[in-house]
Amino acid sequence: MSNEEQKSITPGIYLWLIAVNIYISMFAFGGGYVVVPLVRRSFVEKKKIFTEDELMEMSAVAQSSPGAIAVNLAALSGYKAAGTAGAVISCAASVIPPLVILGIISGFYDLFIANKIVAAVLKGMQSGVAALIVSVVADMCTVILKEKSFFLFSLIPIAFIANFIFDVNVALILAVCCGLCILRVYVRSGGHKWKFF
Amino acid sequence: MEILLKLFLTFLKIGLVSIGGGYAVIPSIHEEVVVKAGWIGEKVFADIITISQMTPGPLAVNTSTFVGLQIAGAAGAVVATVGCVFCGVAISLTLYRFFQKHKESVYIFETLNGLKAASLGLIVSAAATIILLSFFGTGDPDLKTMKESLDIGAVAIFGGVLFLSRKRKINPIMLMLVSGAAGIILYM
Repeated sequence: MSNEEQKSITPGIYLWLIAVNIYISMFAFGGGYVVVPLVRRSFVEKKKIFTEDELMEMSAVAQSSPGAIAVNLAALSGYKAAGTAGAVISCAASVIPPLVILGIISGFYDLFIANKIVAAVLKGMQSGVAALIVSVVADMCTVILKEKSFFLFSLIPIAFIANFIFDVNVALILAVCCGLCILRVYVRSGGHKWKFF
Repeated sequence: MEILLKLFLTFLKIGLVSIGGGYAVIPSIHEEVVVKAGWIGEKVFADIITISQMTPGPLAVNTSTFVGLQIAGAAGAVVATVGCVFCGVAISLTLYRFFQKHKESVYIFETLNGLKAASLGLIVSAAATIILLSFFGTGDPDLKTMKESLDIGAVAIFGGVLFLSRKRKINPIMLMLVSGAAGIILYM
C-alpha cells in the first residue's frame, strides 16, 4: 500500500467498516452473490474506495478461493479500505449477523421454518435478489466488453454453460480458465517469454 | 477444550474444501458433520439447510454456527465459525496481494482478467438458478409444465426491481425490503 493510501486511514474507517459489513451481511440472502451489488453500492458508488473494475477483481479472487464468497469479499474490501486490520475487522463483522440470528432462532427454529409470513417475505425477496444480481452482472459485462477482447468475453458464456448446463465443478472451470489465459500469452509472445515475474 | 478444538479443525477442513460456495458445499458439510462426527442427525441437517435459506449469511457459516451452538454453546458457535471462514479469508488475501504485486507480469495480468470473466460467467449461472427458483419454484423446471408453474408475481417483482435498480439507481437494500413486502402481499 502506498503512503498516500495509508494516510487516509483514520479510526473512523474501522467503525464504518464494522457498520457497513454488518448491514450488508444482514441482507445476504439467496446464496451470497447479492453481496456484490451491496458492496458496490457502499464501497464503489458511495465511498469511492475502489472502482468497478477492482470490485470485479475482488469478486473473482473471492470466488476462486475456498469458503464463502460473501465473507471473502468482505475481507478483501476491508483490506482495500484499511489494510490487514481492515480485512480482519470486516470479516469478523460480516459473520456477526448470521451468528446472532442463528443463535436467537436455534431455540425455536421449528416455529421459524413453519412461519408463513417469513416464507412470504423470503419468496418475494428471492425475485428481488435475482434482479439485483442480473443488474450487477449486466454492468460487469459492459466492463469486460470494454477490453475489446473476444477471447475474454467468450469466457463468460463458456463458464456459464459449463457450470449451469453441464454442472462442471467451479474449481475446475476456474483452473482451466487460468490455464487458457497463460497458454494464450505464451502463444502470443511466440513462446520466447516464458517468464512469470 | 477438546471438543472446541475438534469443532475448529472440522470446520477448518469444511472451509478449505468448499470451493464454489452455495449448494455445492452441502455434500462436504454433510460428510463431516453428520456422517463422520455424528454431531447432528439427518433431520436436523435438513432443517439447517432450510434455515440457511431463510436467514442471511453463507450456508457454511450458518451450519457452523448452528452445529457449534448445539455441541458446545456460544463458544462452540464462535470457534466453529472462525474455523469455517479462516482458510477462505487467508487464501483470498494472499491471492489478492499476489495478483496486485505482480500486475506488471503479462501472465498474471491476463490470468486475472480471465478469472474476472470466468467468475462473471459463474455469477450468471447462479443468477439463472435463482431466477428459475423464483419463477418456477424449482431450479430444474419441467419444460411441459413450465407455463402452468410460472409465478407471475415473481416475474413482476423481478421486472420491477430490475427497472428501479437500473433506471432509478435505488439503494439495493431498499429494493430488497420492497420485494419482501411485495412477497407478503402476494403470497400470504
